[in-house]
Formats: sequence, C-alpha cells, structure tokens
Amino acid sequence: MATQVGARDMGRLSDVFLEEISRMPGGDKIMACQQCGTCSGSCPTAYAMDYTPRQIIGWLRAGELEKVLNSNTMWMCASCYSCTVRCPAGIKVTDAMYELKRLAIKYGFTPRGVTGNTLATVFQKNVDKYGRSPEMELLARYYLSTNPFGMLKMAGLGLKLFRNKRISLAPEKIRGRDEIQKMLQYVREKGEW
Amino acid sequence: MDYLYYPGCSLSTSGKAYDVSGRAVARLLAVNLVELDDWNCCGTTPYFSAQGLGAFSIAARNLAIAEKQGDGKMDLVTMCNSCYMTLSKTNHYFAEDERMRKDIGAVLGAAGRSYGGGVKVRHLLDVLTNDVGLEAVKAKVTRELNGLKVAAYYGCQMSRPGAEFDDPEYPMTMDRLLSVLGADPVEFPMKAKCCGGMLMTTSQDVALKMVRDVLSDAMENGAECIATACPLCQINLEAYQGDINSKFGTNFMMPVVYFTQLAGMAMGLTRREIDLGRELVPNTVSFFRDYVAA
Repeated sequence: MATQVGARDMGRLSDVFLEEISRMPGGDKIMACQQCGTCSGSCPTAYAMDYTPRQIIGWLRAGELEKVLNSNTMWMCASCYSCTVRCPAGIKVTDAMYELKRLAIKYGFTPRGVTGNTLATVFQKNVDKYGRSPEMELLARYYLSTNPFGMLKMAGLGLKLFRNKRISLAPEKIRGRDEIQKMLQYVREKGEW
Repeated sequence: MDYLYYPGCSLSTSGKAYDVSGRAVARLLAVNLVELDDWNCCGTTPYFSAQGLGAFSIAARNLAIAEKQGDGKMDLVTMCNSCYMTLSKTNHYFAEDERMRKDIGAVLGAAGRSYGGGVKVRHLLDVLTNDVGLEAVKAKVTRELNGLKVAAYYGCQMSRPGAEFDDPEYPMTMDRLLSVLGADPVEFPMKAKCCGGMLMTTSQDVALKMVRDVLSDAMENGAECIATACPLCQINLEAYQGDINSKFGTNFMMPVVYFTQLAGMAMGLTRREIDLGRELVPNTVSFFRDYVAA
C-alpha cells in the first residue's frame, strides 16, 4: 500500500534508497559517480526525462530524493542497460532506476502523465495470481485504469493479433501458485524490499 | 545435447512463432530441449519495477526447479532476451554476493525450494552458434538464403550487462549465423539499441521514435527484412510500422521475423514448421515465398 511521505521523512527515504541499492552487488558504487554524463549520453530516452540519469544521481547525492521521485525520469527508463555497461565507475544505473520505481510505487509518488507505475502494479498482481503474465489481461487492466479510450485505439491491433492467433484469452496458470504466494508473503512479513 | 528449455510467457501467445520455429530448428540440430517443469514468469522489467527481493526470488524459483530437474547438469536455455537477462542477472547476483544468496535462499525456503547456484543460463543463439557450432549448422542447410539482405537485430537485453557470449555494443553472433545460412547481413549500427520495450504501452511517442530509428537504419543500409531474437522486439518492430509511417511520414513495410524462422527456411522446413504467417506486416509471407515450401 502506498504511504504518504512528509518532507520530514524524505531524509529517511534517502537512507532507504541507499540501503536497498546497496543490497545489490556493486550497488554502493553509486557514491563513486563523478558526474561525467556517460549515462545520459548513452540513454535513448534521456531527452524525454525530467532529469537525465546523470542529474538523478546528482540529486540523490545532494539529498534531494523527493525531486527525483516526483519526476518522470525512472518511468522513461526502458531498462536497456546501455548506461550500465558503459559507466566508467561501474555504477549499476539501471538497478538504481528500478529501485526508484519501487520506492515511488511504495510511497505513493505519482508524477503527472506517468502510467508506468500502473503497468508495473497490474503486471505484478497478475503474476502473483497466475504465476505467469497474461498479455491480454495485462493490457486490458492497464488501459481500464489509465485510459479506457486508449483501449479503443489499441482495438485494431488487438483484432489483428487475435486473427493471427497471437492472443490467448484465458490466462495460463502454474501449478505452484501457492509457492509464489508463500514467497511473497515471506517478503512482506519480513518487511523486505 | 540435452538442455532445459524456458519458453517464457510471450512465447506461448504473441511470440508463438518463435517457440515453434526455435524448437523445430533445435530438433534438426540434435539439440534436445526439455521444457522446464511448471516454470513461472521470469520477473521481467515491470515486475522488478514493483518488487525487489520478491522479483529476484521468483526468478530464482525457475533456477531452483532447473537445478533439480536437470540434476545440476543441464543448462537452462531461453530464447527471449528479457527472460535471458532476468534469469542470468539473478543467477550472477546469486553467485557473486553472499547476502543476496542468503536473502534469496530464505525466500525460496518459504516455498520449500532451494537453489545451490548450479545452473547456467543460456540464450538459444549462444547454444546454436557455440555448442552446435556454425560448421554443423552449415551442414544442415539445404536451401541457401540466396544473399538475402537482412538486418540482424539483437535488441538490448541479450548482450548486456553480463555480455556472456557477445559484445554489448556491436554484437556479431547472429550475423555470423545468418551468413552461414546464405544470407547477407547488412551493416547495422542500431542492432543493439532498444526497441522501447514496455514504453510502447506507457509512453508510445517515445517508443515510436526508438523503433523509427531502428527501422530507418536497417532500411538505409539496404536491408530487405529484419531478424530478431526477442518476442517484444519483434512485435514492437512490426506492429507499429503503420503508426510510425503516419507520424513521421515514412514508408516502412519491413518484414520482421525471428532468426530461428530464417534458419528453418534455410534448412528446408515448411512454412508451418516455422510458423510463418502470423506476422502483421502484410507482405511478409509473399516476401519469403521463394525460401519456404508451402
């Protein structure tokens, strides 16, 4: 559930970010950033971001996490890992973007015009329920909660895919759905990231 | 050669042709793909955007099953770039980092599973070129692709960041395979740039431009078609050509098929065996008519 965060708690949230990013191998290298901008220069979507990847790391280091979480930046990241393979300091920029997305969802930051958070949440719920991702249900639920008219726009493509037998209406389910439930329950109970 | 096979969610729906053609080509090359028992979603990009340790753990459930089913002796093969990246990254983090190992292990334990780190994650392209080998592939070619000008599109997640079998900036594995099939792969600087992935759904204008840039590069370099190695790349590259044409005033009608379908054509498989005909670019089947039997 999303939790509202007051200005006072932002400092704590910065700590949460650093703590969680450090859980990934090499995650703490983010503090080695020298602002060279290789990440921004390598990013195919930087032009559409409120802040470029380089700026994001700058704001993080300046303790301005709120600016970052209120921006569209991480939701414009397509996870192509171009920044990650090129960063001369070995910073896992893509992992940092993932962490920002998770924090934004968890603490209820919903920048205007952003729908990547809805897609992620719907995707996760589907997988938690079935064990697999049903493409059709994912798109239907996503469009219903973000832009029902978008669904009409997509109907043409949907129909073509349906005609070519590239859509399955019934979701596939795994046998071990209870295993997924138990794993996620454990994560929740332990307050894990 | 026996391998465990992880199809991934897209390969049973929108990317069915990749599954069908991949299995058929593997069979011809004596690569025995045994489907992973009760596999679950790899935990791809949108899942990782919502879950951290939970995402690593559901990815690891697949690795745990693979270790048990293959007795720690069989590699886990996938064809989807995103599944490959997610499973491979989880596997690397698990191997590299003790805390990660402990954390993931504890979550798996809650479901009665365990993983010892004994599985190797592979992409089918890697298996065909490095285990089977280009010589053996060539020996199976019965109908050369006759100098077909093809742009080999790797997309982003196959060669990064582990880059286990190819270069992250300018990969060549698929080009070499296509050459052996008799095709003539064109120079293609955008070959490892991103197709936009899920941004095609959440920020379409941004993704359309990314795909436009890839298609333009292929066309300017003389490609007649594009070969892909990922179901999301395939659909992004082919399904939105009409939108791109209206938005940018371009005139794309570029067939986009899986590299496994081209391999099947060269090895004399029928249209049905490589599942050609589900494409959205209307001239795809007629374009390949010379290469595939009815």
